[in-house]
Amino acid sequence: MAALTLDFSLPLRDFELSLALEVEQTVALVGPSGAGKTSALHVVAGLARAQGRVALGDDVWLDANIDRPPEERRVGLVFQDYALFPHLTVRANVAYARSDRVDELLERFRIAHLADVRPGELSGGERQRVALARALARDPAVLLLDEPLAALDAHTKAEVRIELHELLRELALPTLLVTHDYEDAAALADEVGVLVDGTLRQLAPPSELVANPRDGFVASFTGANLLHGSARRGELTEVVLTSGERLFSTDEADGDVGVVVYPWEISVAREPAHDSALNVVRGDIGSVVEVGNRVRVRIGPITAEVTASSSARLELARGGVAYATFKATGTRLVPL
Amino acid sequence: MFAACFAGLAFLALPVIAIFVRVSPSRLVAQLGNPVVTDALVVTLKTTLIAQALILVFGTPTAYVLATRRFRGRAALVTLVELPLVLPPAVAGLGLLAAFGRTGLLHTSLPFTQAAVVLAVAFVASPLYVRAAIAAFEAVDTNIVAASRTLGAGPVRTFFRVVAPLARGGLVAGAALAFARGLGEFGATIMFAGSLRGVTQTLSLAVYAEFDVNFDVALAVSALLILISAALLITLKWLPSLSTSHFRFATSS
Repeated sequence: MAALTLDFSLPLRDFELSLALEVEQTVALVGPSGAGKTSALHVVAGLARAQGRVALGDDVWLDANIDRPPEERRVGLVFQDYALFPHLTVRANVAYARSDRVDELLERFRIAHLADVRPGELSGGERQRVALARALARDPAVLLLDEPLAALDAHTKAEVRIELHELLRELALPTLLVTHDYEDAAALADEVGVLVDGTLRQLAPPSELVANPRDGFVASFTGANLLHGSARRGELTEVVLTSGERLFSTDEADGDVGVVVYPWEISVAREPAHDSALNVVRGDIGSVVEVGNRVRVRIGPITAEVTASSSARLELARGGVAYATFKATGTRLVPL
Repeated sequence: MFAACFAGLAFLALPVIAIFVRVSPSRLVAQLGNPVVTDALVVTLKTTLIAQALILVFGTPTAYVLATRRFRGRAALVTLVELPLVLPPAVAGLGLLAAFGRTGLLHTSLPFTQAAVVLAVAFVASPLYVRAAIAAFEAVDTNIVAASRTLGAGPVRTFFRVVAPLARGGLVAGAALAFARGLGEFGATIMFAGSLRGVTQTLSLAVYAEFDVNFDVALAVSALLILISAALLITLKWLPSLSTSHFRFATSS
Protein backbone atom coordinates (compact mmCIF):
# COMPACT_ATOMS: atom_id res chain seq x y z
CA MET A 1 0.00 0.00 0.00
CA ALA A 2 1.52 3.29 -1.11
CA ALA A 3 1.82 5.95 1.57
CA LEU A 4 0.54 9.48 1.22
CA THR A 5 3.23 12.10 1.68
CA LEU A 6 2.46 15.76 2.24
CA ASP A 7 4.68 18.78 2.45
CA PHE A 8 2.89 21.98 1.62
CA SER A 9 1.94 25.45 2.74
CA LEU A 10 -1.30 27.28 2.13
CA PRO A 11 -1.98 30.89 3.13
CA LEU A 12 -5.24 31.15 5.05
CA ARG A 13 -6.95 34.31 6.26
CA ASP A 14 -5.10 34.77 9.55
CA PHE A 15 -2.09 32.46 9.24
CA GLU A 16 -0.33 30.07 6.95
CA LEU A 17 -1.11 26.37 7.10
CA SER A 18 2.05 24.36 6.71
CA LEU A 19 2.07 20.64 7.05
CA ALA A 20 4.61 17.92 6.40
CA LEU A 21 3.74 14.35 7.19
CA GLU A 22 3.61 10.84 5.91
CA VAL A 23 0.37 8.91 6.17
CA GLU A 24 0.68 5.13 6.07
CA GLN A 25 -2.14 4.08 8.36
CA THR A 26 -4.61 6.37 10.09
CA VAL A 27 -3.43 9.83 11.09
CA ALA A 28 -5.76 12.19 12.91
CA LEU A 29 -5.25 15.93 12.93
CA VAL A 30 -6.81 17.48 15.99
CA GLY A 31 -7.04 21.11 16.94
CA PRO A 32 -9.45 23.88 17.78
CA SER A 33 -11.84 25.02 15.07
CA GLY A 34 -10.19 27.39 12.64
CA ALA A 35 -6.80 25.67 12.97
CA GLY A 36 -6.79 24.79 9.26
CA LYS A 37 -7.82 21.16 9.59
CA THR A 38 -10.42 21.10 6.82
CA SER A 39 -8.12 23.10 4.54
CA ALA A 40 -5.48 20.39 4.94
CA LEU A 41 -7.94 17.78 3.63
CA HIS A 42 -8.91 20.09 0.76
CA VAL A 43 -5.27 20.43 -0.28
CA VAL A 44 -4.91 16.65 -0.45
CA ALA A 45 -8.16 16.33 -2.42
CA GLY A 46 -7.17 19.11 -4.84
CA LEU A 47 -9.96 21.44 -3.72
CA ALA A 48 -7.57 24.11 -2.41
CA ARG A 49 -4.43 25.32 -4.14
CA ALA A 50 -1.29 25.01 -2.07
CA GLN A 51 2.43 25.36 -2.65
CA GLY A 52 4.42 22.20 -2.07
CA ARG A 53 4.15 18.52 -2.73
CA VAL A 54 1.42 15.91 -2.35
CA ALA A 55 2.11 12.39 -3.55
CA LEU A 56 0.78 8.89 -3.20
CA GLY A 57 3.86 6.67 -3.38
CA ASP A 58 5.55 7.64 -6.66
CA ASP A 59 2.35 9.14 -8.03
CA VAL A 60 2.70 12.93 -7.71
CA TRP A 61 -0.55 14.87 -7.30
CA LEU A 62 0.95 18.25 -6.59
CA ASP A 63 4.37 19.78 -7.01
CA ALA A 64 5.90 22.78 -8.75
CA ASN A 65 4.82 21.50 -12.20
CA ILE A 66 1.81 19.34 -11.46
CA ASP A 67 -1.57 20.20 -9.97
CA ARG A 68 -4.01 17.40 -10.65
CA PRO A 69 -7.72 18.29 -10.47
CA PRO A 70 -9.78 16.51 -7.77
CA GLU A 71 -11.27 14.02 -10.25
CA GLU A 72 -7.77 12.74 -11.08
CA ARG A 73 -6.72 12.12 -7.48
CA ARG A 74 -7.84 8.83 -6.01
CA VAL A 75 -9.31 10.20 -2.80
CA GLY A 76 -12.46 9.31 -0.93
CA LEU A 77 -13.46 12.48 0.92
CA VAL A 78 -16.24 12.32 3.49
CA PHE A 79 -17.40 15.88 4.19
CA GLN A 80 -18.32 17.09 7.65
CA ASP A 81 -21.95 17.67 6.63
CA TYR A 82 -21.64 14.65 4.30
CA ALA A 83 -22.57 16.76 1.22
CA LEU A 84 -24.87 14.09 -0.17
CA PHE A 85 -26.60 14.95 -3.45
CA PRO A 86 -30.07 15.98 -2.26
CA HIS A 87 -31.71 15.40 -5.65
CA LEU A 88 -30.48 11.82 -5.99
CA THR A 89 -31.58 8.65 -4.21
CA VAL A 90 -29.24 6.80 -1.86
CA ARG A 91 -28.51 4.31 -4.64
CA ALA A 92 -27.78 7.07 -7.17
CA ASN A 93 -25.54 8.83 -4.63
CA VAL A 94 -23.49 5.68 -4.11
CA ALA A 95 -23.48 4.92 -7.85
CA TYR A 96 -22.34 8.46 -8.73
CA ALA A 97 -18.72 7.42 -9.14
CA ARG A 98 -19.78 4.79 -11.73
CA SER A 99 -18.95 1.83 -9.58
CA ASP A 100 -19.99 -1.75 -10.28
CA ARG A 101 -19.89 -2.47 -6.55
CA VAL A 102 -22.99 -0.44 -5.66
CA ASP A 103 -25.11 -3.36 -4.42
CA GLU A 104 -22.22 -4.75 -2.40
CA LEU A 105 -21.62 -1.36 -0.75
CA LEU A 106 -25.32 -0.82 -0.01
CA GLU A 107 -25.38 -4.20 1.73
CA ARG A 108 -22.13 -3.66 3.57
CA PHE A 109 -23.21 -0.32 5.01
CA ARG A 110 -26.69 -1.60 5.83
CA ILE A 111 -28.41 0.95 3.61
CA ALA A 112 -29.85 -1.40 0.97
CA HIS A 113 -33.34 -0.89 2.40
CA LEU A 114 -32.88 2.87 1.91
CA ALA A 115 -31.76 2.60 -1.73
CA ASP A 116 -34.72 4.54 -3.12
CA VAL A 117 -34.87 7.16 -0.38
CA ARG A 118 -33.49 10.68 -0.79
CA PRO A 119 -30.91 12.03 1.71
CA GLY A 120 -33.40 14.54 3.18
CA GLU A 121 -35.26 11.67 4.83
CA LEU A 122 -32.23 9.99 6.47
CA SER A 123 -30.96 10.16 10.06
CA GLY A 124 -27.45 11.42 10.85
CA GLY A 125 -26.02 7.91 11.22
CA GLU A 126 -27.60 6.77 7.95
CA ARG A 127 -26.25 9.80 6.11
CA GLN A 128 -22.79 9.05 7.36
CA ARG A 129 -23.00 5.47 6.10
CA VAL A 130 -24.21 6.70 2.69
CA ALA A 131 -21.32 9.20 2.55
CA LEU A 132 -18.79 6.48 3.37
CA ALA A 133 -20.29 4.06 0.84
CA ARG A 134 -20.29 6.80 -1.82
CA ALA A 135 -16.65 7.68 -1.15
CA LEU A 136 -15.55 4.03 -1.22
CA ALA A 137 -17.45 3.41 -4.47
CA ARG A 138 -14.82 5.37 -6.33
CA ASP A 139 -12.23 2.86 -5.10
CA PRO A 140 -10.00 5.44 -3.41
CA ALA A 141 -6.33 4.95 -2.59
CA VAL A 142 -6.58 7.52 0.22
CA LEU A 143 -9.40 8.16 2.64
CA LEU A 144 -10.06 11.67 3.97
CA LEU A 145 -12.57 12.14 6.78
CA ASP A 146 -13.66 15.62 7.90
CA GLU A 147 -15.06 15.54 11.45
CA PRO A 148 -16.62 12.12 10.81
CA LEU A 149 -18.41 12.04 14.17
CA ALA A 150 -19.24 15.70 14.79
CA ALA A 151 -22.67 15.67 13.17
CA LEU A 152 -23.91 12.74 15.27
CA ASP A 153 -25.73 12.79 18.61
CA ALA A 154 -23.91 11.37 21.64
CA HIS A 155 -25.73 8.05 21.59
CA THR A 156 -25.12 7.31 17.88
CA LYS A 157 -21.57 8.61 18.13
CA ALA A 158 -20.23 5.91 20.47
CA GLU A 159 -21.61 3.18 18.24
CA VAL A 160 -20.42 4.78 14.99
CA ARG A 161 -16.95 5.32 16.44
CA ILE A 162 -16.52 1.59 16.99
CA GLU A 163 -17.86 0.76 13.52
CA LEU A 164 -15.62 3.34 11.92
CA HIS A 165 -12.57 2.03 13.74
CA GLU A 166 -13.27 -1.48 12.47
CA LEU A 167 -13.85 -0.19 8.96
CA LEU A 168 -10.56 1.73 8.88
CA ARG A 169 -8.69 -1.32 10.15
CA GLU A 170 -10.32 -3.49 7.51
CA LEU A 171 -9.71 -1.06 4.61
CA ALA A 172 -6.07 -0.51 5.60
CA LEU A 173 -5.92 2.62 3.40
CA PRO A 174 -3.78 5.64 4.21
CA THR A 175 -6.36 7.71 6.08
CA LEU A 176 -6.20 11.32 7.16
CA LEU A 177 -9.00 12.39 9.46
CA VAL A 178 -9.55 15.66 11.21
CA THR A 179 -11.52 16.28 14.39
CA HIS A 180 -11.72 18.83 17.18
CA ASP A 181 -12.26 16.00 19.68
CA TYR A 182 -9.09 14.43 21.05
CA GLU A 183 -10.92 11.35 22.34
CA ASP A 184 -12.28 10.59 18.86
CA ALA A 185 -8.81 11.04 17.40
CA ALA A 186 -7.22 8.76 20.00
CA ALA A 187 -9.89 6.10 19.47
CA LEU A 188 -9.60 6.06 15.67
CA ALA A 189 -6.01 6.89 14.77
CA ASP A 190 -2.58 5.30 15.05
CA GLU A 191 -0.97 8.71 15.15
CA VAL A 192 -2.41 12.02 16.28
CA GLY A 193 -1.14 15.43 15.20
CA VAL A 194 -2.09 18.52 17.18
CA LEU A 195 -2.63 21.41 14.77
CA VAL A 196 -2.77 24.97 16.10
CA ASP A 197 -2.91 28.07 13.89
CA GLY A 198 -1.79 26.09 10.87
CA THR A 199 1.25 24.54 12.55
CA LEU A 200 1.73 20.97 13.71
CA ARG A 201 2.69 21.20 17.41
CA GLN A 202 3.25 17.51 17.97
CA LEU A 203 2.70 14.29 16.03
CA ALA A 204 2.78 11.05 17.99
CA PRO A 205 0.78 7.94 18.91
CA PRO A 206 -2.03 8.87 21.34
CA SER A 207 -0.31 7.22 24.34
CA GLU A 208 2.89 9.16 23.63
CA LEU A 209 0.98 12.47 23.42
CA VAL A 210 -0.44 11.85 26.89
CA ALA A 211 2.85 10.61 28.35
CA ASN A 212 5.02 13.37 26.89
CA PRO A 213 3.05 16.40 25.77
CA ARG A 214 5.42 18.84 24.12
CA ASP A 215 3.73 21.94 25.51
CA GLY A 216 0.85 23.21 27.59
CA PHE A 217 -1.55 23.41 24.68
CA VAL A 218 -1.00 19.80 23.63
CA ALA A 219 -1.43 18.72 27.25
CA SER A 220 -4.68 20.58 27.82
CA PHE A 221 -5.96 19.44 24.44
CA THR A 222 -5.44 15.81 25.36
CA GLY A 223 -7.59 16.36 28.45
CA ALA A 224 -4.98 17.24 31.09
CA ASN A 225 -5.26 19.94 33.73
CA LEU A 226 -2.92 22.78 32.93
CA LEU A 227 -1.84 25.06 35.78
CA HIS A 228 0.56 27.98 35.48
CA GLY A 229 3.45 28.52 37.84
CA SER A 230 7.06 29.36 38.40
CA ALA A 231 9.60 26.52 38.86
CA ARG A 232 12.78 26.33 40.91
CA ARG A 233 15.20 23.42 40.56
CA GLY A 234 16.01 21.38 43.67
CA GLU A 235 16.05 17.76 44.73
CA LEU A 236 12.48 17.85 43.43
CA THR A 237 11.45 20.79 41.31
CA GLU A 238 9.35 23.17 43.36
CA VAL A 239 6.61 25.09 41.55
CA VAL A 240 4.74 28.04 43.00
CA LEU A 241 1.40 28.33 41.21
CA THR A 242 0.00 31.73 40.28
CA SER A 243 -2.79 30.92 42.77
CA GLY A 244 -0.18 30.53 45.58
CA GLU A 245 -0.07 26.75 46.13
CA ARG A 246 3.31 25.00 46.20
CA LEU A 247 3.72 21.79 44.21
CA PHE A 248 6.57 19.38 43.56
CA SER A 249 7.47 17.54 40.41
CA THR A 250 10.06 14.94 39.43
CA ASP A 251 10.49 16.78 36.09
CA GLU A 252 13.30 19.29 35.92
CA ALA A 253 12.54 22.88 34.95
CA ASP A 254 13.24 26.50 35.78
CA GLY A 255 11.20 29.66 35.41
CA ASP A 256 7.65 29.92 34.04
CA VAL A 257 6.17 26.49 33.35
CA GLY A 258 2.90 24.72 32.71
CA VAL A 259 2.00 22.05 35.25
CA VAL A 260 0.26 19.09 33.66
CA VAL A 261 -1.85 16.63 35.66
CA TYR A 262 -4.28 14.13 34.14
CA PRO A 263 -7.71 13.80 35.82
CA TRP A 264 -7.26 10.07 36.42
CA GLU A 265 -4.03 10.64 38.37
CA ILE A 266 -5.82 12.75 40.96
CA SER A 267 -7.50 11.43 44.06
CA VAL A 268 -10.07 13.45 45.94
CA ALA A 269 -10.47 13.82 49.71
CA ARG A 270 -12.57 15.96 52.01
CA GLU A 271 -9.73 16.33 54.58
CA PRO A 272 -6.19 17.55 53.88
CA ALA A 273 -3.76 14.63 53.51
CA HIS A 274 -0.79 14.65 55.89
CA ASP A 275 1.63 13.15 53.43
CA SER A 276 4.41 15.48 52.30
CA ALA A 277 5.09 13.27 49.24
CA LEU A 278 1.75 14.38 47.79
CA ASN A 279 0.78 17.58 46.06
CA VAL A 280 -2.42 19.03 47.46
CA VAL A 281 -4.67 21.68 45.97
CA ARG A 282 -7.58 22.87 48.08
CA GLY A 283 -10.60 24.29 46.30
CA ASP A 284 -14.36 24.79 46.18
CA ILE A 285 -16.25 22.09 44.34
CA GLY A 286 -17.38 23.83 41.15
CA SER A 287 -19.21 21.04 39.41
CA VAL A 288 -19.90 17.33 39.67
CA VAL A 289 -20.70 15.66 36.35
CA GLU A 290 -21.38 11.98 35.79
CA VAL A 291 -19.71 10.50 32.71
CA GLY A 292 -20.71 6.86 32.41
CA ASN A 293 -19.69 5.09 35.64
CA ARG A 294 -17.20 7.83 36.50
CA VAL A 295 -17.65 11.29 37.93
CA ARG A 296 -15.79 14.39 36.85
CA VAL A 297 -15.30 16.81 39.76
CA ARG A 298 -14.09 20.34 39.41
CA ILE A 299 -12.02 21.40 42.45
CA GLY A 300 -10.81 24.97 42.16
CA PRO A 301 -8.79 25.08 38.90
CA ILE A 302 -8.48 21.27 38.67
CA THR A 303 -10.67 18.60 37.12
CA ALA A 304 -10.42 15.17 38.72
CA GLU A 305 -12.03 11.92 37.72
CA VAL A 306 -13.22 9.49 40.41
CA THR A 307 -15.45 6.43 40.44
CA ALA A 308 -19.16 6.93 41.04
CA SER A 309 -18.94 4.97 44.30
CA SER A 310 -16.17 7.09 45.80
CA SER A 311 -18.01 10.23 44.70
CA ALA A 312 -21.03 8.99 46.66
CA ARG A 313 -18.88 8.00 49.68
CA LEU A 314 -17.25 11.45 49.74
CA GLU A 315 -20.65 13.12 49.31
CA LEU A 316 -19.24 15.38 46.64
CA ALA A 317 -21.60 18.20 45.83
CA ARG A 318 -21.34 21.64 44.36
CA GLY A 319 -20.40 24.32 46.87
CA GLY A 320 -18.40 22.19 49.35
CA VAL A 321 -14.64 22.17 49.85
CA ALA A 322 -12.40 19.33 48.67
CA TYR A 323 -8.70 18.49 48.32
CA ALA A 324 -7.19 17.25 45.08
CA THR A 325 -4.07 15.20 45.72
CA PHE A 326 -1.60 13.80 43.22
CA LYS A 327 1.95 12.42 43.22
CA ALA A 328 5.04 14.38 42.25
CA THR A 329 5.75 11.66 39.67
CA GLY A 330 2.37 12.29 38.05
CA THR A 331 3.06 16.01 37.83
CA ARG A 332 4.63 16.91 34.49
CA LEU A 333 6.20 20.23 33.68
CA VAL A 334 5.99 21.59 30.13
CA PRO A 335 6.99 24.84 28.46
CA LEU A 336 4.04 27.17 27.93
CA MET B 1 -57.52 50.94 5.31
CA PHE B 2 -59.69 48.39 3.50
CA ALA B 3 -61.06 51.18 1.30
CA ALA B 4 -57.55 52.13 0.21
CA CYS B 5 -56.74 48.51 -0.41
CA PHE B 6 -59.91 48.08 -2.46
CA ALA B 7 -59.20 51.25 -4.46
CA GLY B 8 -55.66 50.08 -5.17
CA LEU B 9 -56.74 46.67 -6.34
CA ALA B 10 -59.53 48.12 -8.46
CA PHE B 11 -57.08 50.55 -10.08
CA LEU B 12 -54.81 47.65 -11.06
CA ALA B 13 -57.62 45.44 -12.33
CA LEU B 14 -59.69 48.00 -14.17
CA PRO B 15 -57.57 48.51 -17.34
CA VAL B 16 -57.29 44.75 -17.80
CA ILE B 17 -61.03 44.23 -17.37
CA ALA B 18 -61.79 47.20 -19.66
CA ILE B 19 -60.05 45.57 -22.60
CA PHE B 20 -62.28 42.52 -22.37
CA VAL B 21 -65.41 44.59 -21.80
CA ARG B 22 -64.92 46.95 -24.75
CA VAL B 23 -65.31 44.21 -27.37
CA SER B 24 -67.47 41.11 -27.28
CA PRO B 25 -65.58 37.81 -27.09
CA SER B 26 -66.84 36.71 -30.50
CA ARG B 27 -65.51 39.85 -32.18
CA LEU B 28 -62.24 39.44 -30.31
CA VAL B 29 -61.84 35.92 -31.64
CA ALA B 30 -62.82 37.05 -35.15
CA GLN B 31 -60.15 39.77 -35.10
CA LEU B 32 -57.51 37.20 -34.22
CA GLY B 33 -57.81 35.91 -37.81
CA ASN B 34 -56.88 39.35 -39.13
CA PRO B 35 -53.60 39.04 -41.13
CA VAL B 36 -52.09 41.92 -39.12
CA VAL B 37 -52.56 39.87 -35.97
CA THR B 38 -51.32 36.56 -37.39
CA ASP B 39 -48.26 38.24 -38.95
CA ALA B 40 -47.41 39.90 -35.62
CA LEU B 41 -47.94 36.66 -33.76
CA VAL B 42 -45.54 34.79 -36.07
CA VAL B 43 -42.90 37.56 -35.81
CA THR B 44 -43.27 37.69 -32.02
CA LEU B 45 -43.00 33.94 -31.46
CA LYS B 46 -40.06 33.58 -33.83
CA THR B 47 -38.03 36.52 -32.49
CA THR B 48 -38.82 35.89 -28.82
CA LEU B 49 -37.93 32.21 -29.05
CA ILE B 50 -34.63 32.91 -30.85
CA ALA B 51 -33.82 35.68 -28.34
CA GLN B 52 -34.68 33.28 -25.50
CA ALA B 53 -32.34 30.63 -26.93
CA LEU B 54 -29.53 33.22 -27.16
CA ILE B 55 -30.19 34.34 -23.57
CA LEU B 56 -29.96 30.76 -22.30
CA VAL B 57 -26.88 29.85 -24.35
CA PHE B 58 -24.88 32.96 -23.43
CA GLY B 59 -26.53 33.87 -20.14
CA THR B 60 -26.08 30.52 -18.37
CA PRO B 61 -22.27 30.33 -18.60
CA THR B 62 -22.02 34.05 -17.82
CA ALA B 63 -24.15 33.62 -14.70
CA TYR B 64 -22.19 30.52 -13.63
CA VAL B 65 -18.83 32.29 -13.90
CA LEU B 66 -20.14 35.36 -12.05
CA ALA B 67 -21.71 33.19 -9.34
CA THR B 68 -18.77 30.89 -8.67
CA ARG B 69 -15.63 32.93 -9.31
CA ARG B 70 -14.31 35.73 -7.15
CA PHE B 71 -12.14 38.18 -9.05
CA ARG B 72 -11.39 41.86 -9.31
CA GLY B 73 -14.10 43.78 -11.13
CA ARG B 74 -16.72 41.08 -10.55
CA ALA B 75 -19.10 43.55 -8.90
CA ALA B 76 -18.71 45.90 -11.87
CA LEU B 77 -19.54 43.08 -14.29
CA VAL B 78 -22.65 42.13 -12.31
CA THR B 79 -23.76 45.76 -12.46
CA LEU B 80 -23.12 45.79 -16.21
CA VAL B 81 -25.26 42.69 -16.64
CA GLU B 82 -28.08 44.33 -14.68
CA LEU B 83 -27.83 47.68 -16.46
CA PRO B 84 -30.43 47.03 -19.22
CA LEU B 85 -32.95 46.42 -16.44
CA VAL B 86 -32.93 50.07 -15.40
CA LEU B 87 -32.11 51.60 -18.78
CA PRO B 88 -35.07 53.42 -20.40
CA PRO B 89 -36.06 51.24 -23.41
CA ALA B 90 -35.73 54.18 -25.81
CA VAL B 91 -32.16 54.67 -24.63
CA ALA B 92 -31.50 50.96 -25.11
CA GLY B 93 -32.84 51.22 -28.68
CA LEU B 94 -30.70 54.24 -29.40
CA GLY B 95 -27.68 52.50 -27.92
CA LEU B 96 -28.24 49.47 -30.14
CA LEU B 97 -28.48 51.79 -33.18
CA ALA B 98 -25.29 53.56 -32.16
CA ALA B 99 -23.54 50.22 -31.83
CA PHE B 100 -24.93 48.22 -34.77
CA GLY B 101 -26.25 50.94 -37.09
CA ARG B 102 -24.82 51.62 -40.56
CA THR B 103 -22.96 54.59 -39.17
CA GLY B 104 -22.55 52.99 -35.76
CA LEU B 105 -19.50 51.55 -34.06
CA LEU B 106 -19.67 48.20 -35.84
CA HIS B 107 -21.15 49.42 -39.18
CA THR B 108 -23.63 46.56 -39.60
CA SER B 109 -26.80 46.46 -41.68
CA LEU B 110 -28.79 44.95 -38.84
CA PRO B 111 -31.22 47.80 -38.03
CA PHE B 112 -34.83 47.33 -39.22
CA THR B 113 -34.38 43.58 -39.82
CA GLN B 114 -35.87 40.70 -37.89
CA ALA B 115 -32.41 40.07 -36.41
CA ALA B 116 -32.63 43.56 -34.90
CA VAL B 117 -35.84 42.54 -33.09
CA VAL B 118 -34.03 39.50 -31.68
CA LEU B 119 -31.12 41.66 -30.48
CA ALA B 120 -33.42 44.27 -28.91
CA VAL B 121 -35.41 41.60 -27.06
CA ALA B 122 -32.26 39.75 -25.92
CA PHE B 123 -30.68 43.00 -24.73
CA VAL B 124 -33.64 44.08 -22.66
CA ALA B 125 -34.75 40.66 -21.33
CA SER B 126 -31.42 38.97 -20.55
CA PRO B 127 -30.77 40.66 -17.16
CA LEU B 128 -33.89 39.02 -15.72
CA TYR B 129 -32.56 35.57 -16.57
CA VAL B 130 -28.91 36.22 -15.68
CA ARG B 131 -29.79 37.74 -12.30
CA ALA B 132 -32.00 34.79 -11.38
CA ALA B 133 -29.38 32.33 -12.64
CA ILE B 134 -26.60 33.95 -10.58
CA ALA B 135 -28.76 33.69 -7.45
CA ALA B 136 -29.67 30.07 -8.25
CA PHE B 137 -26.03 29.06 -8.83
CA GLU B 138 -24.86 30.87 -5.69
CA ALA B 139 -27.40 28.90 -3.65
CA VAL B 140 -25.84 25.56 -4.64
CA ASP B 141 -23.73 24.25 -1.72
CA THR B 142 -20.04 24.42 -2.71
CA ASN B 143 -19.35 21.23 -0.74
CA ILE B 144 -21.81 19.33 -2.91
CA VAL B 145 -20.02 20.56 -6.02
CA ALA B 146 -16.67 19.61 -4.44
CA ALA B 147 -18.06 16.17 -3.55
CA SER B 148 -18.90 15.57 -7.20
CA ARG B 149 -15.34 16.47 -8.23
CA THR B 150 -13.73 14.16 -5.65
CA LEU B 151 -16.01 11.38 -6.88
CA GLY B 152 -14.33 11.55 -10.26
CA ALA B 153 -16.65 13.88 -12.18
CA GLY B 154 -15.01 16.69 -14.17
CA PRO B 155 -16.40 20.25 -14.22
CA VAL B 156 -18.76 19.61 -17.17
CA ARG B 157 -20.27 16.41 -15.78
CA THR B 158 -20.55 18.10 -12.38
CA PHE B 159 -22.44 21.00 -13.95
CA PHE B 160 -25.00 18.85 -15.72
CA ARG B 161 -25.48 16.19 -13.03
CA VAL B 162 -25.34 18.31 -9.88
CA VAL B 163 -25.31 22.09 -10.37
CA ALA B 164 -27.99 22.40 -13.05
CA PRO B 165 -30.51 20.05 -11.36
CA LEU B 166 -30.06 21.85 -8.02
CA ALA B 167 -30.38 25.31 -9.61
CA ARG B 168 -33.23 24.27 -11.89
CA GLY B 169 -36.04 26.03 -10.03
CA GLY B 170 -34.29 29.40 -10.20
CA LEU B 171 -33.19 28.92 -13.80
CA VAL B 172 -36.71 28.11 -15.02
CA ALA B 173 -38.22 31.02 -13.08
CA GLY B 174 -35.62 33.41 -14.53
CA ALA B 175 -36.20 32.10 -18.06
CA ALA B 176 -39.95 32.54 -17.71
CA LEU B 177 -39.52 36.12 -16.47
CA ALA B 178 -37.16 36.95 -19.33
CA PHE B 179 -39.60 35.41 -21.82
CA ALA B 180 -42.47 37.48 -20.47
CA ARG B 181 -40.37 40.63 -20.61
CA GLY B 182 -39.31 39.79 -24.18
CA LEU B 183 -42.92 39.33 -25.32
CA GLY B 184 -43.84 42.82 -24.18
CA GLU B 185 -40.71 44.55 -25.54
CA PHE B 186 -41.63 47.80 -27.26
CA GLY B 187 -39.32 50.80 -26.88
CA ALA B 188 -35.97 49.36 -27.88
CA THR B 189 -37.54 47.35 -30.71
CA ILE B 190 -39.34 50.28 -32.32
CA MET B 191 -36.16 52.40 -32.22
CA PHE B 192 -33.79 49.72 -33.47
CA ALA B 193 -35.99 47.50 -35.66
CA GLY B 194 -38.92 49.71 -36.60
CA SER B 195 -42.45 48.35 -37.06
CA LEU B 196 -42.61 46.70 -40.50
CA ARG B 197 -45.59 44.38 -40.78
CA GLY B 198 -44.55 40.74 -41.22
CA VAL B 199 -40.88 41.57 -40.62
CA THR B 200 -40.32 43.44 -37.39
CA GLN B 201 -43.85 44.19 -36.17
CA THR B 202 -44.36 42.21 -32.98
CA LEU B 203 -47.66 41.96 -31.08
CA SER B 204 -46.75 44.91 -28.84
CA LEU B 205 -45.84 47.03 -31.85
CA ALA B 206 -49.07 45.94 -33.60
CA VAL B 207 -51.12 47.29 -30.69
CA TYR B 208 -49.54 50.70 -31.20
CA ALA B 209 -49.78 50.55 -35.03
CA GLU B 210 -53.44 49.49 -35.09
CA PHE B 211 -54.40 51.90 -32.30
CA ASP B 212 -55.50 54.66 -34.71
CA VAL B 213 -56.27 52.37 -37.67
CA ASN B 214 -58.53 49.68 -36.26
CA PHE B 215 -59.15 49.94 -32.54
CA ASP B 216 -60.81 46.49 -32.41
CA VAL B 217 -57.63 44.85 -33.74
CA ALA B 218 -55.56 46.71 -31.14
CA LEU B 219 -57.94 45.44 -28.47
CA ALA B 220 -57.82 41.87 -29.78
CA VAL B 221 -54.00 41.85 -29.79
CA SER B 222 -53.97 43.35 -26.30
CA ALA B 223 -56.34 40.65 -25.07
CA LEU B 224 -54.08 38.02 -26.57
CA LEU B 225 -51.01 39.50 -24.84
CA ILE B 226 -52.86 39.61 -21.52
CA LEU B 227 -53.77 35.95 -21.81
CA ILE B 228 -50.18 34.93 -22.66
CA SER B 229 -48.75 37.07 -19.81
CA ALA B 230 -51.31 35.71 -17.34
CA ALA B 231 -50.46 32.15 -18.38
CA LEU B 232 -46.76 32.85 -17.83
CA LEU B 233 -47.39 34.49 -14.48
CA ILE B 234 -49.49 31.56 -13.26
CA THR B 235 -46.76 29.15 -14.40
CA LEU B 236 -44.23 31.22 -12.42
CA LYS B 237 -46.37 31.13 -9.27
CA TRP B 238 -46.70 27.42 -9.68
CA LEU B 239 -42.93 26.90 -10.09
CA PRO B 240 -41.82 27.24 -6.45
CA SER B 241 -44.03 24.33 -5.45
CA LEU B 242 -42.45 22.38 -8.28
CA SER B 243 -38.91 23.21 -7.28
CA THR B 244 -39.38 22.54 -3.56
CA SER B 245 -40.81 19.14 -4.32
CA HIS B 246 -38.14 18.42 -6.90
CA PHE B 247 -36.75 15.84 -4.54
CA ARG B 248 -39.70 13.69 -5.46
CA PHE B 249 -39.36 13.36 -9.20
CA ALA B 250 -36.17 11.70 -10.19
CA THR B 251 -33.49 13.51 -12.12
CA SER B 252 -31.09 10.61 -11.94
CA SER B 253 -30.48 8.93 -15.24
